[in-house]
Amino acid sequence: MKRVVITGAGTINALGHSVADTMTAMAEGRCGIGPLVFRDVERLSIQIGGQVRGFEADGRYNRQQMSLYDRFTQFTLAAAAEAIAQSGITFSGELAAKSGVVLGTAGGGVSTWDDNYRSVYEDGKNRVHPFVVPKLMNNAAASHVSMEYNLKGPSFTVSTACASSNHAMAQAFQMVRTGMAPAMVTGGSESMLCFGGVKAWEGLRVMSKDACRPFSANRNGMVQGEGAGIFVFEEYEHARARGAEILCEVAGFAMSSDATDIVMPSKNGAARAIAGALSDAQLNPEDVGYINAHGTGTAANDKTECAAVADVFGPHADKLMISSTKSMHGHLIGGTGAVELLACIMALRDGVIAPTIGYEEADPECALDVVPNEARDAKVNVVLSNAFAFGGMNAVLALRKV
Amino acid sequence: MSVTDKIFEIIAEQAVLETSDVTMESTLEDLGIDSLGLVESIFAIEEEFDITVPFNANEPTNSDFDISSVSKIIEGVERLLKEQAG
Repeated sequence: MKRVVITGAGTINALGHSVADTMTAMAEGRCGIGPLVFRDVERLSIQIGGQVRGFEADGRYNRQQMSLYDRFTQFTLAAAAEAIAQSGITFSGELAAKSGVVLGTAGGGVSTWDDNYRSVYEDGKNRVHPFVVPKLMNNAAASHVSMEYNLKGPSFTVSTACASSNHAMAQAFQMVRTGMAPAMVTGGSESMLCFGGVKAWEGLRVMSKDACRPFSANRNGMVQGEGAGIFVFEEYEHARARGAEILCEVAGFAMSSDATDIVMPSKNGAARAIAGALSDAQLNPEDVGYINAHGTGTAANDKTECAAVADVFGPHADKLMISSTKSMHGHLIGGTGAVELLACIMALRDGVIAPTIGYEEADPECALDVVPNEARDAKVNVVLSNAFAFGGMNAVLALRKV
Repeated sequence: MSVTDKIFEIIAEQAVLETSDVTMESTLEDLGIDSLGLVESIFAIEEEFDITVPFNANEPTNSDFDISSVSKIIEGVERLLKEQAG
């Protein structure tokens, strides 16, 4: 088994257009959630979200690229450019042939579906742009990253709703760990903030109209976000040999399936994934200093997640910190685990624990240290990142300071 | 068909029961309707009466719309029909 480290990180999300800006916002406990701005928003009952602002695709990509890049691909490419530049890695020869890209997304090109359905159904047009399919397909973003950076090894897209990115990064990690690939580009992206994307979520009646307040007794639902998080996972010796800066180590992962309900989470399924990640990384519960929670701000998730953490960690559950950064950037659905990994890196590398903002009222069913409202300085050596998806599919990553 | 009869029908269908099994005093829980069934029932009520029911699954007992029994649901729908008329 080989050791796997992260040598590059990139992002775009409601908190910032770079890793540095995002981490600064997280450390300041800033909220990126606000009024949504897009066509027909007035017909929605949910009108807030963590929307990316000031991202001008027009100057960034040329006309030909724009006809092929849905917003989720645009986000992915922007984040990938930052991650690969930081890593300093160049994919050529044998390295290019073996390295690939595995990304997560739940919806893929949602706004491309939305725009073109509107065009044929509402506007009555009978012709659509020739590239609608290659633009909206879930693997479009991964394909464009592979073309841009000459990644010719194992490449695909994972779609497990809110756990997509964590499942994708777990796959990439496993490929590097087993020696199948020397490096992998991984993470995820989502862009569902358009009329159809929000309308669909509205139907479930689990969205908040005012704020995402994970673990707070007065929480009233989730808030959607958008954006991407992209990383370079690299074999440790390979990274050292080229003198790359190492952000942290990926130590292990586990996946589990609840096999119970299509929307209600299960404590048992979550607990098995958390315990499995510790065991895979050969860590003891006491080693964990921080957990980046799935923490959606729904009644069901937060109490189930806290119960699962209490089960796995026993008395140590009261000593570790657990926070949900969704309170700041919203729930990026298939891209969420990737953006949340930044909070894990910040904890390990910088010793800054991102807070759960919007926390107003203690909930006896979530009686853990949720780092309420203000970031905290703390030295931690091991962190976990939880993702529990609709459909009961869970993926937890374990990371370690190097 | 009256509002009451229609709501009995919607709830019976969701519970996979006969309308005769539904009473004014029944709670959704009595009838075996879970959280997904509840959200579907509210959707069916909105579609049937062309109204918007203020309901958030995160705080079902805290909404403006009382779902504690079939009679409360009927009262709520009648109120919304008046408020949202025209």
